Amino acid sequence: MATIAAPTRMVGAPIKRREDPRLIQGLSHYVDDIRLVGTLHCAFLRSDYAHAAINSIDTSAAKELPGVVTVITAEDLGEVGDIPCGAEIPDLKVPGHPALAVGRVRFVGEAVAAVVATDAYIARDALDLIEVDYEELPAVTNLDKAVEADSPLIYDDFGDNIGFTMPLEAGDVDAAFAEADHVVSQRFVNQRLIPNAMETRGVLAEYLPGEGTLTVWSSTQVPHILKTQLALIANVPEQKVRVIAPEVGGGFGSKLNVYPEEVVVSHLAIQLRKPVKWTEKRTENFTTTIHGRDQVNYVDVAVNNDGTITGIRAKILADLGASYQLLTPLIPTLTNLMIVGCYKIPNVQIELVGVLTNKMATDAYRGAGRPEATYIIERMVDLAAAQVGMDAKDIRFKNFPQPDEFPLEIPTGIIYDSGNYQESFNKALGIVDYDSLRNQQVQLRQQGRYLGIGISTYAEICGMGPSIAMPAGGWESSTVRVEPTGKITVLTGVSPHGQGQETTFAQMIADEFGVDIDDVAVIHGDTGRQPYGIGTFGSRATAVGGTAMVIAAGQVKEKMAKFAAHLMEANPDDLVFEEGSILVEGSPDQAVDFVAVALEAHVAKNLPPDTTPGLEATHFFEPSNFTYPFGAHIAVVEVDTDTGEIDIQRYVCVDDIGNIINPLLVAGQVHGGIAQGLGQALYEGAVYDESGQLLTGSFMDYAVPKATQMPHFETDHTVTPSPVNPMGVKGVGEAGTIGSTPCMVNAVVDALSPFGVKDIEMPLTPNRVWQAIQDAKG
Amino acid sequence: MIPGSFEYFAPTALDEALSLLQEHGDDAKVLAGGHSLIPTMKLRLAEPAVIIDIGRIGGLKGISESDGKLVIGALTTHHELESSDLVQQKVPLLAQTAAEIGDVQVRNKGTIGGSLAHADPAADWPAAILALDADLQIAGPNGERSVKATDFFQGLYETDLGDDEILTAIHVSIPDANTKGTYLKLHQVASGFALTGVAVVLTKSGDTCQSVAVGITGVSDAPYRASAVESELTGAALDAENIAAAAERSVDGIDALEDIHASQAYRQNLAKVYTRRAIESAAS
Repeated sequence: MATIAAPTRMVGAPIKRREDPRLIQGLSHYVDDIRLVGTLHCAFLRSDYAHAAINSIDTSAAKELPGVVTVITAEDLGEVGDIPCGAEIPDLKVPGHPALAVGRVRFVGEAVAAVVATDAYIARDALDLIEVDYEELPAVTNLDKAVEADSPLIYDDFGDNIGFTMPLEAGDVDAAFAEADHVVSQRFVNQRLIPNAMETRGVLAEYLPGEGTLTVWSSTQVPHILKTQLALIANVPEQKVRVIAPEVGGGFGSKLNVYPEEVVVSHLAIQLRKPVKWTEKRTENFTTTIHGRDQVNYVDVAVNNDGTITGIRAKILADLGASYQLLTPLIPTLTNLMIVGCYKIPNVQIELVGVLTNKMATDAYRGAGRPEATYIIERMVDLAAAQVGMDAKDIRFKNFPQPDEFPLEIPTGIIYDSGNYQESFNKALGIVDYDSLRNQQVQLRQQGRYLGIGISTYAEICGMGPSIAMPAGGWESSTVRVEPTGKITVLTGVSPHGQGQETTFAQMIADEFGVDIDDVAVIHGDTGRQPYGIGTFGSRATAVGGTAMVIAAGQVKEKMAKFAAHLMEANPDDLVFEEGSILVEGSPDQAVDFVAVALEAHVAKNLPPDTTPGLEATHFFEPSNFTYPFGAHIAVVEVDTDTGEIDIQRYVCVDDIGNIINPLLVAGQVHGGIAQGLGQALYEGAVYDESGQLLTGSFMDYAVPKATQMPHFETDHTVTPSPVNPMGVKGVGEAGTIGSTPCMVNAVVDALSPFGVKDIEMPLTPNRVWQAIQDAKG
Repeated sequence: MIPGSFEYFAPTALDEALSLLQEHGDDAKVLAGGHSLIPTMKLRLAEPAVIIDIGRIGGLKGISESDGKLVIGALTTHHELESSDLVQQKVPLLAQTAAEIGDVQVRNKGTIGGSLAHADPAADWPAAILALDADLQIAGPNGERSVKATDFFQGLYETDLGDDEILTAIHVSIPDANTKGTYLKLHQVASGFALTGVAVVLTKSGDTCQSVAVGITGVSDAPYRASAVESELTGAALDAENIAAAAERSVDGIDALEDIHASQAYRQNLAKVYTRRAIESAAS
């Protein structure tokens, strides 16, 4: 009878991603793969100048090119609204952000005009026929100089280039520094990074004038937010707008946004009443998709001879770029919140200054503000240890909170949900055999070889919610439906774009209903199908979206149990869902087939009294707090002091992300995260010259980490469940990135400590490492 | 990443290609493996009106041995050189150099002739070709000619190759048993090109350096033979001190490049360190 069987528990099993076969075989559909009859193609003319007045734009020659349908500039956008920014910060200066430049361009790559043509080649050719008369203005590219009184202004009416200042003070910082045995100071540059998702952005918009509906396919992490914003900006009633995020090839935060191209392409589709498509070129992705990080930090810590860190003081200059994207000014505020990392530091003083420059806007990039904080504190802890002559391991234990202190309110005002920092750190130290490594280091130094051991212990914020702490909505939604044939459809408001929730969510549902995982489909990314959701970012999908789903599933089960109990004349409270059956717990003879109940619920001829047909529930879940994963990373490197080359010999990390749904996918997230974190430490960095030209505008000059450069990752876990969701999960999307960057820099600086090297600015290219040795030698 | 429009020719005979070049002059670009030309076209840094694809011309591909030489067709891919038994037996330096180029996809499509003709200042082949003192065979409207590698490279993307000529083959003398070659390289981490690449061909007589040739790429705007190193070491005992002293001269008279990837001082240092290590390796 039972065709469904789930012999083992799925949650916790390292099963392969169900998404992968279609991806590997090229059978999936990204935006650019979607073909609508009569589609027109859009291309954008972009500014070659970082800062210039636009005297005039002549589109006449471009319009005459055969195949060109239209060419528009800002004045053709009519009532189209500005690109939105969701940040609410006291006294934030918010510049206007038109979808196409009005009167002035403020970064290289800013869209100035859009061409629509019958094919993408003609559209591209037409760009060369548009003549823009620019008058170049002095560009503001250096953070330190941008805040000086005599700096050129990016927005004349602002009076300066400061978007906002956010002070944060807790405890008695002045006393802490006055009384401390030592004060250690360091300037850090957390360099600008370019996210480089494998799939560039893309938009396809179709407007059906009869129905009055706008459908937009976009490579986005937030289809619901995009739907609402497009309705408001492009002036289409929201109930007539549908946004579909089809297969999305990565985002890392860069697609957590509403971009000018999404607005312009939608507007063009409405105006032209034909489908319009734009596929971002890689060069555009480099210049006009948001960048990450970009801070200069001036940091002091107060430390006593016994290693106790009593205070931290920081001035943070955060480069916002030339205009705000969705969350631009909010990102560095997360650095403020997480500045004490995983340590008990009672006295904190931060002055965060958000600075406008003639560059692409910064915004969320894997970790978003937390990697910067972790970098600051983990580097400072090492410097403090060196100052007081303590081992980098010991100073960390000295300043950790004890496990029984959680939930732990930290001075920046947030509450760490759960933690046992000693356990994960001890485990990592054990894996590398730390004490013998230190002995080995001493011996090798005697032979003129420079081994470095780097440590990073981190805590971070995941599971983004509750709403009070979020720009707009810290909850998530899910609908769970058991179909008449017993198959289960899950609709989720989160929007996976590589994370693998089609697998992990199905694992959870398979266990909930006691069915085979292949009978579960997880559907996402289509506002026409799902209940409203917030999206996938901030390692929130499982902790928030997964919880919404599990609660909705519980509601369906409750109803289904009533139906089953009615058929068996049993008590619904006694029933369990196992191996394709619903049975009285402990009495396997008293069972009814899961599929039969599903059918009965829809045929609806024999339902218990006071019940309605159907098996579907929707739940909106809002967590009470963020989750705070933590862990310990340890890197072992050897530096070739003749050339500055770094050989990564071991990389160990022990992460605590709460309970684990699928260890294989967790490993994937950790590996990718570490790779991106090491990318920042060793290879990556957006370089703008003084005139605001992006010098690293292609993969020839911007180095993303490659598989062959990565060491073998030795990963392990401790499990400290989160109390803020019933599954006890925390989130793992960003942990690797957050922990790994300072770990690697600490390792290299440790290797070169015999030369007196105290800091090297990232990325640690061989050139910079070699130069640091030369400088230290004098 | 959309190139401008162009006219495309795929001649099947060398004469045909040469006459197309004659006809179109400056407007035409020769397409071999496409791994230098096509990226620049996609970025519209190059917008040639005419593309002459020489990929279908017979006789420009393959590796053979003839009169003590390896004859390498210009269209031979990096991968073919990397994996050829003949190359590995006779001139392993070539296989070693090929293995350091780009990635698998680049090595499968890119050609030795295309790379040499393009003359990227950080390409790998020039170092090895210089150190091996290869002869480059060139076909033009006036027939065939041969040019020494040392005369071929003239500057940044500049070679002895005329607009109306096509590089057809590379001739490399097969070294004797006392001769060893090495290519060592530090990759520019983004592009995979050589931040510095040093090829050394060294002939020993006992423990003495009978002769040595050092080709260096990535350091200057054109690859070069480090002749000061060569004269310093020739006839000298191959001990650590002599090798180090000779390697110190690897940038004598050379104006080292400076860019966002490496300072001038660092490139100079790299040239010296890699030259020392390459000589040590070849001498071992």
